[in-house]
Amino acid sequence: MTDTALAPTRLALVGNPNSGKTALFNALTGSRQKVANYAGVTVERKEGVLTSPSGRVIQVIDLPGTYSLRARSPDEAVTRDAVLGRLAGETPPDVIVCVADATNLRLVLRLALELKQVGRPFVLALNMFDIAQRQGLRIDLEGLSREIGAPIVTTVATRKRGIEELVARAEALADTMPVGENVWHEPSAAEIRHAHAEAQRILKAHVRPPERPDTWTSRIDSVLLHPVGGLLILSAVMFIMFQAVFAWATPVADLIEAGFTWLGGAVATVTPEGLLRSLLVDGLIAGVGSVLVFLPQILTVFFFILLLEDSGYMARAAFLMDRIMGAAGLHGRAFIPLLSSHACAIPGVMAARVIDQKHDRLTTILIAPLMTCSARIPVYTLIIGALIPRTTVWGFLNLQGLVMFGLYAAGILSGLVVATVIRTAFWRSASEPFMMELPTYRWPDPENVARNLMQRGMIFINRAGRIILPLMVLVWVLSTFPYPPEGATGPAIDYSFAGMIGHFIQPLLAPIGFNWQMSIALVPGMAAREVAVAALGTVYAVGNVDGAGQATLASILHTQWSLATGLSFLAWYVFAPQCVATLGVVKRETNGWLWPAVMFGYMFTLAYLASLATYWSAVALGWG
Amino acid sequence: MTLGVTMSEPVILDTLAPPATEAEIINVGLLSAARIGARGVIARVSAFEGALPAAELERRLLELGFVEGATVEVLEEGLFGRDPIAVRLDDMRVAIRRREAAAIQIRFDPKGDA
Repeated sequence: MTDTALAPTRLALVGNPNSGKTALFNALTGSRQKVANYAGVTVERKEGVLTSPSGRVIQVIDLPGTYSLRARSPDEAVTRDAVLGRLAGETPPDVIVCVADATNLRLVLRLALELKQVGRPFVLALNMFDIAQRQGLRIDLEGLSREIGAPIVTTVATRKRGIEELVARAEALADTMPVGENVWHEPSAAEIRHAHAEAQRILKAHVRPPERPDTWTSRIDSVLLHPVGGLLILSAVMFIMFQAVFAWATPVADLIEAGFTWLGGAVATVTPEGLLRSLLVDGLIAGVGSVLVFLPQILTVFFFILLLEDSGYMARAAFLMDRIMGAAGLHGRAFIPLLSSHACAIPGVMAARVIDQKHDRLTTILIAPLMTCSARIPVYTLIIGALIPRTTVWGFLNLQGLVMFGLYAAGILSGLVVATVIRTAFWRSASEPFMMELPTYRWPDPENVARNLMQRGMIFINRAGRIILPLMVLVWVLSTFPYPPEGATGPAIDYSFAGMIGHFIQPLLAPIGFNWQMSIALVPGMAAREVAVAALGTVYAVGNVDGAGQATLASILHTQWSLATGLSFLAWYVFAPQCVATLGVVKRETNGWLWPAVMFGYMFTLAYLASLATYWSAVALGWG
Repeated sequence: MTLGVTMSEPVILDTLAPPATEAEIINVGLLSAARIGARGVIARVSAFEGALPAAELERRLLELGFVEGATVEVLEEGLFGRDPIAVRLDDMRVAIRRREAAAIQIRFDPKGDA
């Protein structure tokens, strides 16, 4: 068998969602994993390597969960094509491992019957076998194995039990079992019914129902899915998550930011004044810092998402929110990405991968940046503080607070409206029915959570970082070059490309009440929304806008901007895609520049129209 | 009246099998109209043209386990319009909107609160 020594044996894991497939994948490959995208689609490709006790190198690939080889989503299409050996650029798997939740065999048996038709050698892994035993479920392994025509291995992936036997069985199959004829075709309704009947017969003959079935899931559901109580609990869970992002992640993010500022300062003292120092400090170090600063929020959001997914609560959250989100044509699961987007659109966009359906996911990604992220808060606070009087309306409401609330509400409402427009205008025919399994509740496996969390972090740094960093450097180049001439009186930025662009687009922005200082601030403000505050500080030559500087800037704005201009600027920031990092992440998550371009286009259009309407309404009210 | 069907022993019925007795006809209804506590056996899955082509919806329902002979029980309802519903489907739990549940005909257990 010289050829097996050369080419690694390929195992593919196939199974229903919630079968513990990923836990088994982790148990098989440990840390030797890599995550990438399949060519041309946004489906994630997880591959790992292990060396068997006999010294053979085995490649394991974790395919997206499915109930059938008849693909209904891009994820499931990948599973089908991988199993059938049709995937471009991929060699077909030598052995398929069909992963089953031993306590829930009915649907996976039907999938196994489909796999049998494919003709490739496969082994059935009865995972979570400890739970099946605890429930007193009796499975006649020999009989079952005979019926499906494949060896069976019992596993407990979270405790690494049965893994060696599974590998040995797969190796034996790869060596001895010839690849049979593929007679699989898309089953018709009648064939699915027939397969169900067959699975039912096998189940009845070889599996005795549990003596002590799980009753906890029903009991927990009666609380967590209670129409009123369930929504209250969901609100509480979301509140904790939201708090955690601000209370845990923000201080760490601030620390990272401070660390990079310190590093920049340290580098500045050892490099000579000039271009190199500026490139290192203001371009590269600030750029890397601006990528890493998102990590705490991303990790916090994904920590919660992984707990919710692994415990089985995510499906319940989708159930509770389905009707509310469905009113805007969104999937129940869109709730969590959109809530996360209130902290930052970047974890929100990444979190949209909890939505299986392509169109639902894209709609969610497109509206995620409309949610009021924390980077808008400095902008809102500055403008509101400078221009909105601190008066009390209707006896008890603070006018400044009311405006702030209005901005948040405008973000949410416009998001829902845009989602409705997208659904009805473009994807009406593709509206997906909502039906899904509500999995049994389980304790999340800490190792699994930790590993997935690390993967999310690495994906962000490796993939999104590669897009964000050059864009950040570009913004720096625009704001730095060319240098101001000798004896220049105005701020340096005024003479840079950013200044030129600002002056160039100013006529375009004049109808919405923006002066040239604002127009210039928008260019470096593309790096991140809160940068606009610092940029305004630079343009108005205030210098450092932290602390007292901010008050100085606010008083300058108070005297130089009309209320109409201020309101127009606020309206602009509700909609404008002033964040290259978000666009970079959307590029990574949708695998191309099309959707970031669409996002950029529609958000700028909305921003302009909203500012136009706001400015002229305000002028008409005499606030010009 | 007993149907001879219990939770632990589901039977596979022919798709178009007529109800055995007149009493059963009274108890046949759509899952979409069922309330919490209603339980029974799926008598027929026949989808309608909607967001998805009928044949596609039918296959999806079948793939998720909504198949003739499977036992169902409505466990929970959503707050708004009592939608969606969570049902016990044989030995698993499934969430479905009432819209799609209209494709599923149930022969309700008279003891249930149909």
